[in-house]
Amino acid sequence: MAFRGAVITFPGSNCDRDLAVALEKVSGTPALRVWHGDTDLPERLDFIGVPGGFSYGDYLRCGAIASRSPIMRAVIASAERGVPVFGVCNGFQVLTESGLLPGALMRNAQLTFTCRTVPLRVENSQSLFTGGYAQRQEIMLPVAHHDGNYFADEETLDRLEGEGRVAFRYLDACNGSRRDIAGILNTSGNVLGMMPHPERAIEPDHGGSDGRALFASAIEGLIAA
Amino acid sequence: MKVRIHVSLKPGVLDPQGRAVHHALEGLGFSGVEDVRVGRLIELEVAGGTSEAALEDMCRKLLANTVIENFRIETMEAA
Repeated sequence: MAFRGAVITFPGSNCDRDLAVALEKVSGTPALRVWHGDTDLPERLDFIGVPGGFSYGDYLRCGAIASRSPIMRAVIASAERGVPVFGVCNGFQVLTESGLLPGALMRNAQLTFTCRTVPLRVENSQSLFTGGYAQRQEIMLPVAHHDGNYFADEETLDRLEGEGRVAFRYLDACNGSRRDIAGILNTSGNVLGMMPHPERAIEPDHGGSDGRALFASAIEGLIAA
Repeated sequence: MKVRIHVSLKPGVLDPQGRAVHHALEGLGFSGVEDVRVGRLIELEVAGGTSEAALEDMCRKLLANTVIENFRIETMEAA
């Protein structure tokens, strides 16, 4: 059956097209586009992408308003039913604000917007999203954020580590994140949030291709299932 | 009825903005500042009789992120 992926767009999203293009290039099927004010998602989705950007101008807190938008109620319900949900950058902030992922993303420790390609280590290569990587593989992905400083209390951090839910870790501290955490999974492994942008690294001519395996493994895993 | 919601970072949560403000104060020659924490003040105009429970609900569901922030509700006397 053809892959059915969707990308949510909030006012202020700016990586929604990148994410839709990545899904289409890797799956061969155009991604469905969903507006934040919609109350229902398309039926039978295999994958929901929550993109990067500055939803609602980052008012109040990054991702705070978007996480309370009508469509997010449907996204949360789908995630709870096991539909894969992938949040990148602002999308990661939206997923923590919505409660789908633990912790919070705070202002970068150095207070500056960080826009560069950073080395990461794949800490869990067994998940739906990371199965295309080797365990502890080192990859390069772009980051572009002001608020990517991952915070959670020690107990939560220990639980994330113990349950293999740290998906990616920065190899050089780029924003002050606790334990250099760059991306985390939920308990069931069907929700991934990360600050780096794999959707901006799917073609060698455009910033590298280390992000492609994330989409490829998720899409293959879903089609095979 | 006017309500002020004071949102502040929890103790133990690093506050890079507060640290930068602290450095700037020192740079201006103000000595004796031991710590700076930057928070947020939200003023609400709500219907008279809005319950404390409803205000707390607003804080927990949106105005504060209780993973990293504490909030305090201050109800102002009607003018």
